[in-house]
Amino acid sequence: MTVNPKMPRAKATRAKKRGITLHDKYGWLFISLSVITLGVFMLYPIINSLYMSTIASRGMIQQYVGLGNYRRLFGDTVFLQALKNTLLFFGVQVPVMLILALIISSLLNDKSIKFRGIFRTGIFLPAVTSLVTYALLFRMMFSLDGLINTALLATGIIREPIPWLMEPFWARVTVMIALTWRWTGYNMIFYLSGMQNIPDELYEAARIDGANKLLQFTRITVPLIKPIILFTAITSTIGTLQLFDEPMSFSSGGVTAATIGPGNSLLTLSVYIYNLCFKYMPNFGYAATVAYVIVILVAVFTIIQFKLAGDRR
Amino acid sequence: MKIKNILIKVLQYTFLISVFVAAVFPFYWMVVGTTNTAVDIIKGKITFGGQFFHNFKTLFAKYNVAGIFWNSCKISFFTVIGQLIISSMAGYGFEVFSSKTREKFYGGVLLTMMVPFAALMIPLFKMIVRLHLLDTHLGLILTTLVSVFLIFFFRQSFKSFPKEIIQAARVDGAGEFRIFYAIVVPAMKATYAAAAIYSFMTSWNLYMWPLIVLQTNEKMTMQLLISSMSSAYFPEYGMVMSAIMISTLPMIIIFFRLQTYFVQGITGSLNQ
Repeated sequence: MTVNPKMPRAKATRAKKRGITLHDKYGWLFISLSVITLGVFMLYPIINSLYMSTIASRGMIQQYVGLGNYRRLFGDTVFLQALKNTLLFFGVQVPVMLILALIISSLLNDKSIKFRGIFRTGIFLPAVTSLVTYALLFRMMFSLDGLINTALLATGIIREPIPWLMEPFWARVTVMIALTWRWTGYNMIFYLSGMQNIPDELYEAARIDGANKLLQFTRITVPLIKPIILFTAITSTIGTLQLFDEPMSFSSGGVTAATIGPGNSLLTLSVYIYNLCFKYMPNFGYAATVAYVIVILVAVFTIIQFKLAGDRR
Repeated sequence: MKIKNILIKVLQYTFLISVFVAAVFPFYWMVVGTTNTAVDIIKGKITFGGQFFHNFKTLFAKYNVAGIFWNSCKISFFTVIGQLIISSMAGYGFEVFSSKTREKFYGGVLLTMMVPFAALMIPLFKMIVRLHLLDTHLGLILTTLVSVFLIFFFRQSFKSFPKEIIQAARVDGAGEFRIFYAIVVPAMKATYAAAAIYSFMTSWNLYMWPLIVLQTNEKMTMQLLISSMSSAYFPEYGMVMSAIMISTLPMIIIFFRLQTYFVQGITGSLNQ
């Protein structure tokens, strides 16, 4: 275990002859803990669920069905609804949030703005709340006679209260607002950190050449932090496609509710997987199949994003 | 030109202030909520009321809040320690002792980030049942010990650590593990603080997996308590707000104390 790097040369060469250099030995030792835990709690489950996705079960009866589970997906209206909802959250919420985060961080990177520290802390603060907590806060604020409707009615923006969590369209809007509230500041911190590494001279030169703020933003800031934008886009994609806690907490009744949101409008793929395992008659095989749909979606969107960013790696 | 500049400034500040207010307001409302009755909260009262002690008293009388809070602390503490040790060692190993084979391993590790937790959930659940770890904190901690994001984060950060220092320590005869814990770890405090905040945030706020693993009320975490309180037929919102505040406060305190490290740590990892 405690091999001294100052070990006699003869011993070191003997080790090399056996094919293990000290460099390799410590390399494996340092990563061993993570490799073991990853293997047991990640790799094994991945392989196991891949195998399970070829089995159909109804309670105790199990049967090998090959790709049957995957075929079943196309005729499953609940699955298609969940897929549609998930893609809708992904397609609308992620771009809005990332663009908003970019705008805020580029404003906060401007040295002429005062109180930048306070703004930054305040806007990041939502990222410390738990998903259960903020979902609950928003559910209370967006109830029919709740704070938001009262405020909107009082200022005359709307005449009748908006049925936030009672109609499918508004229910999705509410969850998207909540998600944006929670994660914009989180992404902003990454952008701000990246922007701090852009030398001021670049902006200086652009200003002399007569480039306005907007041009500086699109031609200097965005291209230079592109790897970070890509990183946040991918993590947000993964997060949104796995959306679970929010829909669960936003639908009244939570885990035991009959539908997730009005007309199942908040039913996401992850929620459907949970339902297949723990709510209906457990069908782990089919649940694993749905899980692999998420894997495929994430893989496809990640590749597309890499292509769009034109990153060689 | 002058007027245009002023106009732009006004627009910038208006935008920033409205975003700031939107971000902070729910926190204010949460604090206000702990002092109001359920009816007032639902109606959206935004001024302080006199129910603060009543709300907390009913909360503590109805639920074993201290015990549940302690459960959350215990689970998060061990998860953070475990995750920091495992992922920082891995990040260090991949970065300082890089080789072709390990580079391939690293690629594979990063790929697992794509797999949703929902896909792992069922096999993990079965594993936990088989190991008789269902409804134990150990089962929950063990299964969340590894964080691919943190391995990635640590590796990125170690890239900026000067290799000459490691080399010099080797010449002085220090062992590799000693170099790691006596030289590298203390020098990377900001990175560890940022990672600790991230790790604490995720484990403290975890909901779905604890919901599955922990099944009895004695084992419950704060998140499970809040969620079960709120799904009551008629939730006592004043009490719920008090519970929310208790569960959010540690996060806010930790964040404010370690905020500068957090930003430094993230900047350090992005520098590459």
